[in-house]
Order: sequence, then C-alpha cells, then structure tokens
Amino acid sequence: MTTCAYFSRRLIDAACWLGLVTGAVVMIFPIYWMFATAVRPHAEIFEAVARLVPSNFSWSNFQAVLTRYPVLTWVNNSVIIAVVAVVLTVFINLLCGYTFAKFRFPGRNMLFFAILGALMAPIQVILVPEFLIVSWLGLLNTHLGVILPRAAEAFGIFMVRQFMVSIPDELIEAARLDGAGEFAIFLRIVLPLSKPIIAVLVIFTFMWRWNDFAWPLVALTDRDMFTVPLGLNLLRGEVNPDWGNVMALALLSLMPMLVIFLAFQRYLVQGIASTGLK
Amino acid sequence: MRGSPVITSLPASSTRRTRAGWRAGRQRGLVPYLFIAPNITLFTAFSFLPLIYAVYISFHDWTLIGEPNFIGIRNYLRLVHDTLFWRALANTLLYAAGTVPTSMATGLLLALALNRRLPARAFLRSLYFLPLVVSAVATGTIAAWMFNDNYGVLNALLVRLGASRISWLSSPYWALPSLVLTTLWVRVGFCMVVYLAALQSIPQMYYEAARIDGASVLHQFHHITLPLLKPATFLLLVLSIIYSFHVFDLIYVMTGGGPGFSTTMLVQYIFRLAFVTSEMGYASAVGMALYALILGFTVLQWRASRQAENVM
Repeated sequence: MTTCAYFSRRLIDAACWLGLVTGAVVMIFPIYWMFATAVRPHAEIFEAVARLVPSNFSWSNFQAVLTRYPVLTWVNNSVIIAVVAVVLTVFINLLCGYTFAKFRFPGRNMLFFAILGALMAPIQVILVPEFLIVSWLGLLNTHLGVILPRAAEAFGIFMVRQFMVSIPDELIEAARLDGAGEFAIFLRIVLPLSKPIIAVLVIFTFMWRWNDFAWPLVALTDRDMFTVPLGLNLLRGEVNPDWGNVMALALLSLMPMLVIFLAFQRYLVQGIASTGLK
Repeated sequence: MRGSPVITSLPASSTRRTRAGWRAGRQRGLVPYLFIAPNITLFTAFSFLPLIYAVYISFHDWTLIGEPNFIGIRNYLRLVHDTLFWRALANTLLYAAGTVPTSMATGLLLALALNRRLPARAFLRSLYFLPLVVSAVATGTIAAWMFNDNYGVLNALLVRLGASRISWLSSPYWALPSLVLTTLWVRVGFCMVVYLAALQSIPQMYYEAARIDGASVLHQFHHITLPLLKPATFLLLVLSIIYSFHVFDLIYVMTGGGPGFSTTMLVQYIFRLAFVTSEMGYASAVGMALYALILGFTVLQWRASRQAENVM
C-alpha cells in the first residue's frame, strides 16, 4: 500500500514537472525570440523559414538602432523620470500613508476614500482634462509633466497605511514624550521600521515609471523628450518596421527590469502576494 | 481602527503626561494636514480636478476648439444608441471572458504543481513570473513580431507543421484571440503568485489530520484546499476583471484597436473619441460609464481583500 502510494506520488510529481517545464519553455520563448531576432544578421530576419538559432552573432541591429534614433536621449529621459519619480513618489506616499495610519484628524476617512476613489479612475477618463492642466502649467514635453501627475499613487498610500498600522503606538508616544518633533519621529523612528515596505515601493514605482506608456504618450510629443517605451512604439509603428532594430530596442528597454528581476524578485513576489499589486 | 487614536485628554492624575499630551495634541492639530499636503495638492491638481472637469464636460458638446456647449444629458442618451459603444463594451467583455477564467485556472494549476517539492522549483517559478516585469509596450511589440503574417515565428511553425498560415493580427477574426493569448502570457504568473501565497498559508496539519482519517488526495483537495483558496480566488477574479477593463498599452501597440473595430475596447474607444475625432464631451460620457463599471468592481475588491486578510 505505502509503496503503491509512493509510486503514484512519484508519477504525479513527474507529470507535474514535465508540464511545468513545457510551460516554462512557452513562457521564455518570446523573450528568447526577441533576443534571437536582435542578435541575428539582418538578412536572416526576413527569411521565410524562421531559424531557431541565429547562424551567427551580430551587433549590427544595436548599432543601427543607436545611430538611426536618439536612443541614448530616450534612455536618459527614462532614467531621469524614473529616478526622480521614485524619490518623490515614495517619500510623499510614505508620509501620507503614515498620517492615515497613525493620526486621527477631522476629515480623515473622507479624504482617504476620496483619494482612493479618484485615483482608481482609469487614466483615459481624465486624460483630456489632465492634458489641459499640464499644458496650462507649461509642463508639456517636460520631465516634471510626466512625474507630477503620477506621484500621488493610490496603491502606495494604501500599502503604506496597511503596513504602518502595525507599528506600535507606544514607540511613537515614547518619542513624543522625549520631546521629538513629529517629522523627526517619522524620519528616525517610523522609516527605519518600514524598510520592507520602502523596498517594495521603490521597486514597484521604478517598474511602473520605467514601463509607463499612456500618460507619457499624451504628455510628450517632442521626439527628443520621448521615453524608451515611446521610442519603441515609434519604431514599431513605422510602415515597414525593421524588426531587427525594434527587437534590439525592446531588449535594451528590458535590461533594467531584468536586473531588478534578478536582484529583487523576493520583493516583487511579496508586493503582489500581499496586496495584489501589478 | 487598532493603532490610530492619539488620546489627547488623559486622566487628571498624571499632570505631566496631560500637559505634554495637550501640547502635543495642539501642535499635532496641523501636523497631519501638513504631512498629507504634498499628496493632496498633487491629487487635487491631477486627479480630482480633472475628474470633476470630465463630469462637467460630459454634459457638453466640445471639440477642444471654442467654448463647450451645454447639451444636458444628450451625450448619455447617445450612449444608448451608439453601436460602436456597444461593440466596444462587447469586445471588453469578450476579452475579459477570454482572459480571466483561463489565466486563473492556469495560474491555479501552476501554483498547485509548483507547491510540490520538485527539482529546480524556484527557477521554474521565476520563469513564469518573468513577464510581469516586461513593459506592456515591449510585450506588445514582441507579440506583434511573433504574430507577423509573413515573417512571424508562429506562421513559420504552422507552415512547418503542414498547416496554412493565419493572418493573426490583420484579420478581424483572429486579432482578439491573438490579444487573449498574449494577455495569458502576461497574467498567468500573476495568478500563480497569488495562489501560491494562499496555498503556502494553509497549515500542513489540516492535511495530516485528513490523512490520518484516511481521506484521499482528491478528497483533501476538494475539502481543504479549494475552500481555503476561495478568498484568493475572489480577489483574483475582481483584480483580473479590473485589469481587463483597464488594458490599453498592449492593445494600442499590438492592433491599435483594429482591424476595423474588432479589438476596440472601451478605453481604446475613449482615447479615439478624445484624440482622433476630438469629441471631448462624448469621450467623457463614455469614460463615466467605464468609471462606474470599474468603481463597482473596486468595491468588490475591497471586500475581497478584507475577506482574504481574515483567512490568511
């Protein structure tokens, strides 16, 4: 009986494993295909029979895309926007989430739900008025014009609030009795206790801003202000896209995310598992 | 609320604390407002005012040029008779029906398999998770290349297998299924992660107890695993529906809503009305309809996550 149970369990394990490996090949294939197209000699891309493995390794697609388009400018724009947005967004959302978790003040619940409700609006609903406001402020085609409208992040506030509710009140009260100012308490007591949530916020905010598309598409019309996704969309939207160039740029756009994925996967999984973020 | 109240009036017996508390309380009166000021300012300027303005403009006829012209609820009446609106709504629902149950079921199967002790489990898990960090634009671009009619790898594979080519993205019949397939690639990892977290939070002793009672593996799955996965399932269901109502980048890059209107979802339709045909008032009215749909599901999500917290 036990041998039979052991045997059948082993059989199920083997079947599961085979299924998982097959699925994993399907999952990794598009990434591999992007890579294979990007490093293929140009002529081979448009052969009718798609070769699984490139006949030889070539940098020509990368060279072509870098000389034909202002790719480095796009990368520069993306980096500035993502980094400034991370610093600003994470800081103000930590402060805001902390306030909603630990202070009681008139209008708190109303404000909390108003913020979350309005931030849930699909961007297409408010795209036009938002565009008008940003252009009225003179922020069209600027980095700030992309950063500011997305800095107040509903998920950020919500996550921080959830996390900070469990910080013991006694710690904060004790610091108050010692005469610490409210902002000092936030900086020296609350933030050091919130490292896990800060890591999750930093990683997700960077990912969101680096991958962002709909809002930059409207706010940035000048080619030299484009972010990498806008550039990628530009290349792909040409009448006869040069797919070697497109895949080379796609691969470049993916590099920072791959690094983050390899280094901080734990935080990504944690963020999704705990709040259903994406 | 557990940790929120800051008590300002304390028993008279401890004068020191009372005075300190009183002083702190008065100072703190403004502090919370200062702390949320940056957020509230940005929120007002870039979310709240635009939303109010969108409501206002939805009662007007406006082409971005000249003054908005008040027309009452006519934009909303137009919704009822607009075949393109119903087409976009139907497409959105079809897309949701094609992606939500399939990605959840696949995610559950993956999570169940990955929860077993198998070789290279962590590595396999990572591979399924990888698409989540790839931008929608990159995903759409790669997919458009793979689905390409003439040089795409999928058609090359079909030809090699002796089948005929499919015009994936250029035929109104295949464009939506192509989008659904691509979305599955993106979403199964997400469902897997949520299910895996739920599975790992089920105490092992439930299974041990069931085994001692002689319950079969199927029995255990049916009476322990499935019921305890219910909150995660509900949460995923709502999140996935909201996602499918929101999805814009992927479709914009892959098909642009076409061919014809075969992949025009509500968000694509709004974008088109606003930035192609410049019907701002009507675009806002369609936006309000979508917003109402999404808010409804968001309320459900809140309930679901609260339920999930109680169980996990």
